[in-house]
Amino acid sequence: MLDVSTRDIKKGVIISITGDVDLYSSPEVRKVIIDLTDKKTKNILVDLSSVSYMDSSGVATLVEGLQQVGKYGGKLMLFGLEAAVKEVFELSRLDKVFEIYPDEQTALDHLKK
Amino acid sequence: MPQPRPDQVDLAIPSDPRLLKIVRMTIMHLTELAGFGEEEQKSVALAVDEACSNIIKHAYGGATDRPIIIRFQLLDHGLRVLLRDYGRKADLSKIKSRELDDIRPGGLGVHLIRSVMDVVEYDNSLDEGNLLTLEKFLRR
Repeated sequence: MLDVSTRDIKKGVIISITGDVDLYSSPEVRKVIIDLTDKKTKNILVDLSSVSYMDSSGVATLVEGLQQVGKYGGKLMLFGLEAAVKEVFELSRLDKVFEIYPDEQTALDHLKK
Repeated sequence: MPQPRPDQVDLAIPSDPRLLKIVRMTIMHLTELAGFGEEEQKSVALAVDEACSNIIKHAYGGATDRPIIIRFQLLDHGLRVLLRDYGRKADLSKIKSRELDDIRPGGLGVHLIRSVMDVVEYDNSLDEGNLLTLEKFLRR
């Protein structure tokens, strides 16, 4: 089953997702992201290190989040993508649209810049 | 009951997204049996999952109690997957990969299926519903 949790950091919020993100579970991820974008959370970092599978509905959810943060000048960054998840972004040619970092520390370092 | 064939597995599930993981797990095992590497196993699982998601969303309009019949055939050259539904007929003129420069949520499923599979054939000429044939070839 999917688990989605959030953790406040100095400059925003980290969303940690554990499990498979598919047609069944992606609405749960969407709910958390939209809740944060409704509050105009400046920086949303999505930890995908415990996601072994993501389908196009999961990708679409993240695209929607990216578009929402763009409306108020926020950022949505991804980190910790497993190879299979990264491939979905590459096949969709969205790997260049998102800011994708190997791990949390690298993502946080880019926030400081 | 018909005699089972050693090179064929049938899976019948309701159109419930909670059950998509069963399809992915079945695919992972069958692609392994067919001789695909781990990366390709995951890619084929993604493609078939996307095809099932499209049936649930488009053929059945989100209904969770309609049948999806999936037939897996182990071939000398790879794996064939036949997906049968009894829902709304697909409009073949509208089944296309979206422009990837068009950044928006949704519409990626068909693109992912076509990117992964070697054969993607839609048949909407049946009396009822649709038949989608997917094949993935082994690279020797």
